[in-house]
Amino acid sequence: MAAARTAEERADLATRPGYNSWVSVLVRWLFIAVSLAFLAALLIAPVATVFAVAFSHGLEAYLASFADEDTLAAIRLTLLTAAVVVPVNTVFGLAAAWAIAKFEFHGKSVLITLIDLPLAVSPVISGMVFVLLFGLHGWFGLWLERHDISIIFALPGIFLATMFVTFPYVARELIPLMQQLGNDEEEAAITLGAGGWLTFFRVTLPRIRWGLLYGVILSNARAMGEFGAVSVVSGHIRGLTITMPLHIEILYNEYNFVGAFAVASLLTLLAGLTLVVKNLIERARAAQGR
Amino acid sequence: MSLRAPSVLPGFGLTFGFTSFFLSALVLLPLAALVVAAGSMHWSDFLAVILSRRALGSYRLSFGASALAATINVVFGFMLAWTLTRYEFPGRKVIDALIDLPFALPTAVSGIALTTVFAQHGWIGRYLEPLGIRVAYTWLGVTLALTLISMPFAVRTLQPALLEVQRDLEDAAETLGAGRWYAFRRIILPTVLPALLTGFTLAFARAVGEYGSVIFIAGNLPLKTEITPLLIVIHLEQFDYRGAAALGVVMLAMSFAVLFAINLLQSWGRRRQVRAAH
Repeated sequence: MAAARTAEERADLATRPGYNSWVSVLVRWLFIAVSLAFLAALLIAPVATVFAVAFSHGLEAYLASFADEDTLAAIRLTLLTAAVVVPVNTVFGLAAAWAIAKFEFHGKSVLITLIDLPLAVSPVISGMVFVLLFGLHGWFGLWLERHDISIIFALPGIFLATMFVTFPYVARELIPLMQQLGNDEEEAAITLGAGGWLTFFRVTLPRIRWGLLYGVILSNARAMGEFGAVSVVSGHIRGLTITMPLHIEILYNEYNFVGAFAVASLLTLLAGLTLVVKNLIERARAAQGR
Repeated sequence: MSLRAPSVLPGFGLTFGFTSFFLSALVLLPLAALVVAAGSMHWSDFLAVILSRRALGSYRLSFGASALAATINVVFGFMLAWTLTRYEFPGRKVIDALIDLPFALPTAVSGIALTTVFAQHGWIGRYLEPLGIRVAYTWLGVTLALTLISMPFAVRTLQPALLEVQRDLEDAAETLGAGRWYAFRRIILPTVLPALLTGFTLAFARAVGEYGSVIFIAGNLPLKTEITPLLIVIHLEQFDYRGAAALGVVMLAMSFAVLFAINLLQSWGRRRQVRAAH
């Protein structure tokens, strides 16, 4: 995904005729200035605001907002959701990538389309489909009611909706990577008598580990931050079905800005951490030569 | 198995079986529920919901603001991608990494932060207020939120395309006396045109369904600042599942149309590349 020229290429650009003509210099600085202004207004100012408001009443008020019982419950639920959803996404991503990248079969493009689908669907629809299935008036609503099982307005619904929104990330990272790496090394291992699992753990996994890690952290960031889909299935029961993003909405609507932005600051840090890890992975990959 | 080409590798049955089961249970079945719920309506009820004044107003805002946001992203995204791929300046690497931030940042956070910045007394809003420009709680705010969340899609599509512009071709044109602007128009622009259109479509697709960041900045007034996903949520909150499903089907059809357009654009781009290589 990183699209950067090498230092030599950029140095080479600087030697081109006309690079230092006043028109080029003007255009260059205009482009840089406009690009930076665009990012400053749209991206940097909002991120800075998160911390400015969170700390607007001092460090103590910031820390005090995490002493709140509901806030702690929201943080716990978000961590629990990620702990449930991300491992499932990882197993699915590995299985889907193995089937799609290693084999030729009919209907492959259908599988790929289905994997991409959640990314093209509004989060609201992603949540609604589970209400239509498991809600009181949904397909399985009466059956679930009779057996005293709650999915919608309860934790299973939150897990399902989050899974729907985040499962494509690991698979989409691994499929192109494994296709590009090819089957030769695995075929050699199998031909030499290694079993399937051994081949996977000793031959495939070491070669895809950076891609896998990237898919996992991206899927984790999206799982902890999902708002729309979770909002539809949550039922907004305080202390029970409120995740961090939903809790931000509640605090914000109650004009508790320090509290709302304090919780938001945690998610912003998570996003920043995700970007840092992503860049480290890209560097590691470049060092590995792929 | 005649389903697939022969291979010495094991695990097809297991992984294919698991993948198919997972996708059927988590994607196909729920989407079927949506289509069936909308399909079980009488067609006149269906039309009454999807063509109500409030729904039409929400389409106008959702699709209009998304198209505007995608256009803004193509223009500024092109400048950003150009700046990042061609110029060396302090902080370039950090800026390049920051492009992905809207993708990693939860939408609720983008929503409240953007609203605060552009509110009447916010860091930027206070300078726009005297000029008579209101961003928060208007369609302008909706557009801004959609621009923010869909920005990475435009920039990240344009960057590789700009890298691939054949440098030697550009050089040759200039050596032969073609002006800067001429070289840009005749060589760079045609090469990146598929990426520009794909970037627009991807950004549009991402923006149309957005919910989290918009509801904070929109004001959510029916007919004026109410997006379609919010209208779906309102139907759901009134336990009008069918009405919600009907609007969902409209949005889903739109998503499919956009996905189809993206596929067409990408294969068009590849064909152009192959032709250019000959």
